[in-house]
Amino acid sequence: MSASSSSSSGAAGEAARSRFRLCVAAVLRLLRTTAVRLSALYLVLFVLSVGLILVVVYRTTAGFLSEEIGETVALEVEAFNDHYTKYGLPGLVELVRGRSAVVNNNAIYLLTTANGGILAGNLSRWPDVVPSANGWSHFKVSDSSGVHNRPSTAQAMTFTLPGQFRLLVGRDMSELDQLSDRMVRSLGWIIAATAMLGLGGGLLVSRGAMRRIEAINRTTRQIMAGDLSDRVPRFGGGDEIDRLAGNLNAMLDRLERLMTGMRQVTDSVAHDLRTPLTRLRSRIELALIRETDDAEHYRSVLQDTIAEADRLIATFTALLSIAEAESGAKRNDFVPVDLRDVVQLAADLYEPVAEERGQRLTVEIPTGMGPASVPVRGNGQLLAQAVSNLLDNAIKYTPEGGAITLRLDGPAAGQAARVTVADNGPGIPEEARAKVLQRFVRLDTARASPGNGLGLSLVDAVASLHGARLELADNGPGLRVALVFPAELRAL
Amino acid sequence: MDMKVLVIEDDQQAASYLAKGLKEAGHVVDVAHDGKEGLYLAGGEHYDVMIVDRMLPGRDGLSLVQVLRAAGNDTPVLFLTALGSVEDRVKGLKAGGDDYLTKPFAFSELLARIEVLVRRRGAAQPQTKLAVADLELDLLTRGVRRAGKAIDLLPREFALLEYLMRNAGSVVTRTMMLENVWDYHFDPQTNVIDVHIARLRQKIDKDFSTPLIHTVRGAGYSLRAAS
Repeated sequence: MSASSSSSSGAAGEAARSRFRLCVAAVLRLLRTTAVRLSALYLVLFVLSVGLILVVVYRTTAGFLSEEIGETVALEVEAFNDHYTKYGLPGLVELVRGRSAVVNNNAIYLLTTANGGILAGNLSRWPDVVPSANGWSHFKVSDSSGVHNRPSTAQAMTFTLPGQFRLLVGRDMSELDQLSDRMVRSLGWIIAATAMLGLGGGLLVSRGAMRRIEAINRTTRQIMAGDLSDRVPRFGGGDEIDRLAGNLNAMLDRLERLMTGMRQVTDSVAHDLRTPLTRLRSRIELALIRETDDAEHYRSVLQDTIAEADRLIATFTALLSIAEAESGAKRNDFVPVDLRDVVQLAADLYEPVAEERGQRLTVEIPTGMGPASVPVRGNGQLLAQAVSNLLDNAIKYTPEGGAITLRLDGPAAGQAARVTVADNGPGIPEEARAKVLQRFVRLDTARASPGNGLGLSLVDAVASLHGARLELADNGPGLRVALVFPAELRAL
Repeated sequence: MDMKVLVIEDDQQAASYLAKGLKEAGHVVDVAHDGKEGLYLAGGEHYDVMIVDRMLPGRDGLSLVQVLRAAGNDTPVLFLTALGSVEDRVKGLKAGGDDYLTKPFAFSELLARIEVLVRRRGAAQPQTKLAVADLELDLLTRGVRRAGKAIDLLPREFALLEYLMRNAGSVVTRTMMLENVWDYHFDPQTNVIDVHIARLRQKIDKDFSTPLIHTVRGAGYSLRAAS
């Protein structure tokens, strides 16, 4: 029995402890929030500065008052001294009596004989205190001057006159003390009120900001949960948080575009890789089904299979290159590339190809352009691939006997360089120009010419990677494609 | 040209295909499946060439070759990799690799490349004149003659012929020509190299009874004296 009861009380204790722990955790969590931290910091700074102001006010006020008292007392002492030298003791006694008789005055006077006998004054006996270093004696006025009926403190100067007479001139300090008291008390209240206002204000101000940050947090959580269409609310005003929200939204827009692009790519990859893979598979399967001893048959099937596989690999490589260019990661490896070399090399490579098709390839590279180079910062291989893809397309789609121009222009208004490939082939109708940049899009629906529909997509991706734009225009007749590198990209 | 080849490739099946293909081409092959084993074999035996996968368990291909080079081993190395970017290739060459081939590759491409690597290693001092049969190429005067008759070549044709002659007797693939003559590390969509070779043939072989430039089916071209 005892065991079970002790265990149940133990369980209750455990529950209490865990409740306590939960509370502590909640408080700690609250303390960790930026709102509370900011408010606390705000509060401490607020209270400190108000306190500093009050201390300065107090010191100047109280200091001024006590200084004034000191000066008055000093003047009086001087007057008493003069009087004594002029009129002797009786004159002094009379003056002290006269002054002591004034009511409602904080002044304290006492003139005694050497053994303490009171000659004149408004103090009942000589205070038994030793003057401090600066000559002031501080004592309690038990028998006060009558201005106040409560025991008050006083401070006074004491002198010994010739003939062992002793003179005390002082002031009842109770009013000043009271003032100080009252000041200190109000200081306390002011600090307390400041603290309350500071805490409240701090919480209020930071809660406003934190509510907006929390809204951003809520949105990001939602997006993490998979809803990429959600956007951070904006309050207008254009402050930092608003700009943060704006930037986050812009980032989300880009992410969403990328995701959409990726989905499109996945779809087209599925189509344009599955189709040849199906062909590949069927061809092999059919070869296996058809039983023959003809080794030549198998050889030819295998050769076709390799050709198909090579086409698949080429498509795959092109897709990877596009993805790599689009990711922008290569920007870190950019070096100055001379576009003259890039254009000249591509021209060298394709000139015989054009000639073989009876086309005329004209290459125009500017000469006499100051330093003999047209540098841009970039990836030489990708730029070469872009230019050779453009030439490849021009040669492929321009009929025999056509004319193709490859032209490089140097810096001009708004451009660092421009590579133009123009042909007098069939061209691309204006409404189809945006479409041909998409992956796997081929206007030649019969797919009579070889190609995977990725050439211009790669050129477009390479252009974006280099901050350049790809312009497709009518060459009247034919197509004019230009890679335009903006001015600020020029390598210096 | 029979060679002793070390293949360091972690994928068992890929390694066995490689070994089989190399053996059928007449080479002697050892296979290591990880960097440690590869390092052990490379340190103990003499090989004409090593084929090293860039990504290996334990010790990756790059650091393996770095270790070998630091130890004074200068066996030609061809890296195989699934990473195809120019930057990866540069990294591989910097680590001490001599050539770089991206997966998937044609076996003929691999064979051509390792043969060129091994021949290049055995090549003599820098020459100023190249000669194959009655074809002569002067690297200083940039002049080309066949059977004593001067042949006019464009600068790029000269570069192409020089590359073929430096590797005379070996098979040279289209990709190798694109890489070495044009510095193009990607495949243009059209078979541009064939057109260039056709042009070169017009100038080198057309007026002579014995052709020097030979087509190697499924692989590329070879410049050699007799067929």
